[in-house]
Amino acid sequence: MTEEWTPIPAGKGRIFNIQRFSLQDGPGLRTTVFLKGCPLACAWCHNPESQSIDRELVTMEGRCIACGSCHGVSEPEACVDACPTGARQLLGRDLSVEDLVGEVLRDRLFFDESGGGVTLSGGEPLSQALFVLQALADLRRRGIHTALDTCGLGRRRDLLAAAALTDLVLFDLKHMNDAQHRAWTGTGNAGILANLEALGRVHGQIWIRVPVIPGVNDDAANLEATARFVARVPGVRRLDLLPYHSTGAAKFRRLGREYHLEQIPLPAPEHMAGLADLFRAHGIAVTVGGHP
Amino acid sequence: MNERTARLRQESLDAIPSLDPERAQLMTAFYREHLGRHAVPVMRALAFKHLCEHKTVWIGAGELIVGERGPRPKAVPTYPELTCHSVEDLRILDTRPMTRYRVPETMVEAYERDIIPYWRGRSLRDQIFAVLPGEWHDAYEAGVFTEFMEQRAPGHTVLDDKIYGRGLRDFQADIAAAKAVLDFERDSEAEDKRSQLEAMDFSCEALILLAERHAMEAERQAAKAEPARAAELRRIAEVCRRVPAQAPRDFQEALQSYWFCHQGVITELNGWDAFSPGHLDQHLWPFYQRGLEDGSLTREAARELLECFFVKFNNHTSPSKVGVTAAESGTYTDFANLNLAGLLPDGSDGSNELTDLLLEIIEQMHLLQPSSNVQVSRKTPDAILKHALRVIRNGYGFPSLFNADTVVEEQLRQGKSLEDARAGGCSGCVEVGAFGKEAYILTGYFNLPKMLELALHDGRDPRTGRQLGPRTGDPATVGSFEQVVKAFETQTRHFLDLKIRGNQVIERIYATRMPVPFLSVLTDDCIRKGRDYNAGGARYNNTFIQAVGIGSVTDSLSAMKQVVFEHQTLALPKLVSALDADFRDQEPLRQRLLHKTPKYGNDDAAADDVMVRVFSFLFESIDGRPNGKGGAYRLEMLPTTCHVYFGQVCLASADGRRAGEPLSEGISPVQGADRCGPTAVLRSAGKMDHAKTGGTLLNMKFTPSLLEGEGGIERLQHLVRTYFKMDGHHVQFNVVTAAKLWEAQAHPESHRDLIVRVAGYSDYFCDLSSELQEEIIRRTEHDTFAS
Repeated sequence: MTEEWTPIPAGKGRIFNIQRFSLQDGPGLRTTVFLKGCPLACAWCHNPESQSIDRELVTMEGRCIACGSCHGVSEPEACVDACPTGARQLLGRDLSVEDLVGEVLRDRLFFDESGGGVTLSGGEPLSQALFVLQALADLRRRGIHTALDTCGLGRRRDLLAAAALTDLVLFDLKHMNDAQHRAWTGTGNAGILANLEALGRVHGQIWIRVPVIPGVNDDAANLEATARFVARVPGVRRLDLLPYHSTGAAKFRRLGREYHLEQIPLPAPEHMAGLADLFRAHGIAVTVGGHP
Repeated sequence: MNERTARLRQESLDAIPSLDPERAQLMTAFYREHLGRHAVPVMRALAFKHLCEHKTVWIGAGELIVGERGPRPKAVPTYPELTCHSVEDLRILDTRPMTRYRVPETMVEAYERDIIPYWRGRSLRDQIFAVLPGEWHDAYEAGVFTEFMEQRAPGHTVLDDKIYGRGLRDFQADIAAAKAVLDFERDSEAEDKRSQLEAMDFSCEALILLAERHAMEAERQAAKAEPARAAELRRIAEVCRRVPAQAPRDFQEALQSYWFCHQGVITELNGWDAFSPGHLDQHLWPFYQRGLEDGSLTREAARELLECFFVKFNNHTSPSKVGVTAAESGTYTDFANLNLAGLLPDGSDGSNELTDLLLEIIEQMHLLQPSSNVQVSRKTPDAILKHALRVIRNGYGFPSLFNADTVVEEQLRQGKSLEDARAGGCSGCVEVGAFGKEAYILTGYFNLPKMLELALHDGRDPRTGRQLGPRTGDPATVGSFEQVVKAFETQTRHFLDLKIRGNQVIERIYATRMPVPFLSVLTDDCIRKGRDYNAGGARYNNTFIQAVGIGSVTDSLSAMKQVVFEHQTLALPKLVSALDADFRDQEPLRQRLLHKTPKYGNDDAAADDVMVRVFSFLFESIDGRPNGKGGAYRLEMLPTTCHVYFGQVCLASADGRRAGEPLSEGISPVQGADRCGPTAVLRSAGKMDHAKTGGTLLNMKFTPSLLEGEGGIERLQHLVRTYFKMDGHHVQFNVVTAAKLWEAQAHPESHRDLIVRVAGYSDYFCDLSSELQEEIIRRTEHDTFAS
């Protein structure tokens, strides 16, 4: 992996993927825009390539045919060009709001039919707040349903400004214990919880998303605390329990980084159902996997 | 299924396809005695009557709907007057591993002794091949195009509602009336019309006779049967004496009347795609409603009769080909295709309770035939579409889904009346027609990537070194992408012209030498015009050419455009020699072409604009050219399985495809080239102007995980509805995991029942060639992209 520091040109956003036919980031058929850069560094992150705001040169090993075309090519863009198979990729594409909107509008008919739209995710979209605000405003002007998928950590006024421009906020909660939160994500949870409370007062369509990581945050005490907290936030409409999956592991390796959760078992469906009941007992509408 | 229909279904599944000489022997004896004594149509009608009089009548134990084309289920007759199997053909059919037909030794002997000596040189195929120019034969042998009518008669035909309110006796009255107004003074064709009408009249008598013979057989069996079955058999006898002579009075008679007409059409000749009842739910609806009202029918009784009806379709294996390679279309299915839902002629929604009942039966019977489709209009309730999608989710590949509104629009563009268009629908794989009123004839597949291959070799076929097409320039002299496209267009135009020249000859031969009087009775306005179905008697006459490989040719052109002309990283002659060498020692180049060039199916204008350009050129080159029946040529984007054969006759291509590998199928992207998910595929496919075609075929494959639960059904529903908003003509889904397919390939014995969508039809996976199996596995698995 090579990290390449290049500043994001003015008026542009750095995006690492635009995912069409996205099914788990809000209602209907959606296009999800993954922005680069995140203030958290969750150990289970399934998009580790989104953590750094820098562009990153990676190798998709399954595609490499060891042809040697990239040998001795040091400049990342030239290296990507030299590779015939697409194994060498430079993650991070700088797009203007206009280009981004043009791309996501391609599936507009699908949005209309399914009640879907566009989700801005990451990374943490608020780490490119100005770009995100402009994109949300543009999409709203065009009548496109939008969702903001946030880890909750960002400047309060950015969050509230974005919330004012978006139809739905997907808000992640990882752990209620500050020390545990810090241990697994690199940052404490105080700012996140305070942001949620503030958001809940001004926005009426919030979906809480809890990744269920066995042995990390799936104990009853933590989830009880989560439920109690969430139940008090007025704007919360539902809560999605997202069972841990290990697809992040390969991506960590691809980035030349260590993955610390290799041995974690995938949560059993019965376990997930039991956790869902715990939240229901608090009067919270809950799904497993985001599908009602 | 109840006990009866479960048993009938199992018997049908267990029956082994075989060839049977009875029809060939009856036909040969009749021709020996009668040829030259009658006008051609009369001769054909009398031959048909001879068959109806003498063929073995089969009524199986427990059957409620009766009639078999052969002397027993899956015993397939041959049609030597059209195409005569050689002894070698029969031997290959009897021994080949795939889609085998057992051939009794007595049949081989009869062929050697009587049938081959009589028909050699006389069969229509021999006559056709004798008059087609050498150039046509060269192109045919090089795999530039195929020809449908050299082995089977013009078909793809579907019945409308005409037999549910009237009987053949009523049609005979129409025939008499048409004869009565013939003007022998002023109309020089009056005598031709008279013999044509006389032939139609004879053919009605013939089918009524066949029905009477079934009545007699039912009575014979009744005399020996236990009381319950005897009562059923007496009822069958009553039904067979009522229909098809007179209009059906109830549900059973309606089904039996259709089935006799079906028997008549597929016995008279071996027309393509057998015959189909069209909008079955709409046609049966009055009988169903009336039966429920007067208490003579229950939903379960209707289900039983329909299941018996389905078994009859499954018993009818397709006629086998001659010059046997099985490469062109190796399948037992005969492509009969039921239309469900859709529109009524007045434009209102055509779905009803029978639509749901039929979908239940399709799901439970799980048979290869009949194939089925749901015509989805804007007015089709979501509940019907979702029911269809739940059946599709099982992974049998049917029903397929059509856009009823586009199907109407396509027909209006061809000049049909609004009512006729709405009463029309789809048959075969995806072909559009006005049911009961049209001869819409498929003439053959056309190999688009081969045109580009010829353009890159100055018209020479690089496989054989022969100069096949016009000289459009040596690659070394080609300086621009425009020139490449022009050369491609010149080759395409040349071979389309040649194909059409051949078709005109073939159509004329059918018109004059091989009329189909019985099918003509069933097709408006043959009686009124006194003309045969094969001679322009139908109200509408469209002739289709089916273009194959638009994905492959698009990707090849867009790759060339980028690599050779925009980036200029490779000179055209170098690219051509790499293709000729099948990329030997040039794997990085092949990888670059595969992975780094624009591909159709990704909603990428760089590729999709090329697709639109190729499509428009094809449309301009084909649409509206006059055929021999007063109608016009039309474009269709359908491969069946021909993309495999066409791939075998092409060298490597600039999209990174290796020599001999299959081409893209239908309007689907090249297998594995679509990387942006299903919405991008649908958007790319939606850029084609479907309303200008007579049908397009889009195949998508989903793994079951994506379709779980009601959410999965809703997702598919949204995809379908949106594609149809873009005027997409048709989409079908394979729902199966690649792992399961690999397993079936390794252990066919335990996966014999695995049905997959091939291309416009479903087939048993284990009956497909290994190339086709692998291609189906390779088709992109659109799964969710959990990132």
